[in-house]
Amino acid sequence: MTQKNNSSTPIRIPTCAELATEGKTPDVLFWVGCAGSFDDRAKKVTKSFARILHHADINFAILGTEESCTGDPAKRAGNEFLFQMMALQNIQLLNAYHIKKIVTACPHCFNTLKNEYPELGGQYEVIHHSQFLLELIETGKIKVNGNSFRGKKITYHDPCYLGRANDVYEAPRDLIEKLDLEITEMKRSREKGFCCGAGGAQMFKEAEPGNKEVNIERAEEAMALSPDIIAVGCPFCNTMLTDGIKINEKQDKITVLDLAEMIAQANNL
Amino acid sequence: MISSLIFILIFFSAFGFFLFRVIKIRRNILLGTDAQLEGTVSQRIFTMLCVAFGQSKMTARPVAFFLHLFVYTAFLFTQIELLEIIIDGVSGGHRTIWHWIENSAIAITYTILINAIELLSILAFFATIAFISRRNIIRLARFQKPEMKGWPSLDANLILSGELFLILSIMLMNSADVALQHMGQSQSTGKFLISNLIAPVWQNTDSATLHILERVGWWGHLIGILGFMVYLPFSKHFHILLAFPNTFFTNQKSKGKFTNLAAVTSEVKLMLDPTLPPPDANAPLPKFGAKDVQHLTWKNLMDAYTCTECGRCTSVCPANLTGKKLSPRKIMMDTRDRLEEVGKNIDKHGKDYLDNKSLLDRISEEELWACTSCNACVQACPVNINPLEIILELRRDLVMEQSKAPSSLNAMFSNIENNAAPWQFSPMDRANWTQEMN
Ligand code: SF4
Ligand code: SF4
Repeated sequence: MTQKNNSSTPIRIPTCAELATEGKTPDVLFWVGCAGSFDDRAKKVTKSFARILHHADINFAILGTEESCTGDPAKRAGNEFLFQMMALQNIQLLNAYHIKKIVTACPHCFNTLKNEYPELGGQYEVIHHSQFLLELIETGKIKVNGNSFRGKKITYHDPCYLGRANDVYEAPRDLIEKLDLEITEMKRSREKGFCCGAGGAQMFKEAEPGNKEVNIERAEEAMALSPDIIAVGCPFCNTMLTDGIKINEKQDKITVLDLAEMIAQANNL
Repeated sequence: MISSLIFILIFFSAFGFFLFRVIKIRRNILLGTDAQLEGTVSQRIFTMLCVAFGQSKMTARPVAFFLHLFVYTAFLFTQIELLEIIIDGVSGGHRTIWHWIENSAIAITYTILINAIELLSILAFFATIAFISRRNIIRLARFQKPEMKGWPSLDANLILSGELFLILSIMLMNSADVALQHMGQSQSTGKFLISNLIAPVWQNTDSATLHILERVGWWGHLIGILGFMVYLPFSKHFHILLAFPNTFFTNQKSKGKFTNLAAVTSEVKLMLDPTLPPPDANAPLPKFGAKDVQHLTWKNLMDAYTCTECGRCTSVCPANLTGKKLSPRKIMMDTRDRLEEVGKNIDKHGKDYLDNKSLLDRISEEELWACTSCNACVQACPVNINPLEIILELRRDLVMEQSKAPSSLNAMFSNIENNAAPWQFSPMDRANWTQEMN
């Protein structure tokens, strides 16, 4: 395997604005999202995914500092004004750059861009990074090395906005199987998947009074399988489960990994 | 003759009563706003056939699925027997359909059908006993939540007892008839397996008593069924009818897609581009979100009347399972109860009457803000009800009409407004990660 991106040469990530000055448009826009841009844990996923895109020679770009929140948390919290303000501005920008295809590592951005933007004038082919990565492997654009995770026990947590909200259950699982791993499923998986507790703007507020945090309930369910890895496909699930594992002091035994990180690792990227 | 008259009188008053109530419910449902429903007619029919007719979503819980299946199929088949009861009732005859076909090639179908009904009735009988014990002896958690206290529990038990009564009376009727057939006192209708097993109980009973018992069973079953019909639209049991239209009108969208408010779009467009023509100053102010039932769509309201109170939604709700007050079933029950209240107000005081109450008096902010919008409730509902839509509309009212979001959410809003991200980061730092790519 040729090692194009030798880790000593930094990879340059083009922005749509830069491409536009050369009269170019990217084949795919990588929508990074707020978590992927600012949250330290999610930024690692962003970088892994960008490395894979670069490694596979994809003609992609990001919006960079021009990207704004899709408006998802505002909408789920009932603030339709703010949502549509963000949406209409984003759509203006995306249309100005003639974007046709968007890939994102955040199921919330994915859902909003895919389902809620079209009526407002933003029609794009929107895919989740798990689907994109699977396609890259299936078309031979990237190869994966099953050795990286040999002997590891893995479970997969369905993000609500990828699974139930958009019926994407198989792509992440197929992707994991490409790594020669067999998933040990939690009892509540696929259609019955249990929320990590972050959706519907919960990420940004204290939980209502109750007897447990949702993320702890879910982390405990995953921990009961004693996996080495909990695979996730959402930056918010990632935070929630990582916290749930830490509270139970299991962080030395169990790692929460995003699908993109796993694929990058399997490529030594 | 007299009995025919009594029959016709009872039958038509019950039916009239039922119809009157159904028309009221229809009016109440139509108090809702327009619904934007996606999907084609063939998708709708398919969904209805799978979910309502085929019970597809019940399979998630196999025990409940089979128990419910017995009751459901017994109910479907009994409708055929009901047809004969009506014909007999009006004509004063006995097993009229059998008489019509007894000498024809299809006579056997009668025997087969009655046998099927008997078999299903027995299965339904045991299923009903199981249902009663699940609620009252085993006390399954989902039937013990706060919203089930009082009337909802009584309602369920009344319906279940009614089912037992119906099954017992039909078995009484058939077994007494079979015993009479054995005595040569009633015309043979082919073998009824189950009644044949019960008939020996009547060995020492004389034929006059048997004739009376057969009639008691017949009238009992009839009155049971009519009572059931009258009671139905006052009960969560109304789902046996509404499940069909309600699944037919399922919004065939991705579950993650929330409606875009058109009134907001025009205002936001105007803010972003002041050269656009201003809206008509005389147009009524649009209402954002829902404070009361009339602001919800008619589909939300149909959902409310369709709810079976089964609690499958609540039993998978992450908020409820972690001890929060939110229960999606309660959202549906509150919506229905408030709609009933609004309907009664209209009956009493005319259609413009306002009672200064609203759905938000019944559903607290604490419940609404606990929702993670995970769609587990929507997925779990056996009759395709969507509690999440109602939760979102109520949140929209809290936020856009009353500015009553929790303070942390207000902070998130202002971050998005000022920094284009829900956190307090500078938009200029958004692409900083690209500098760390090695
Ligand atoms: S969408 Fe809301 S109400 Fe429904 S199950 Fe999830 S948290 Fe509960
Ligand atoms: S909304 Fe659906 S799942 Fe929930 S109680 Fe009603 S019928 Fe059952």
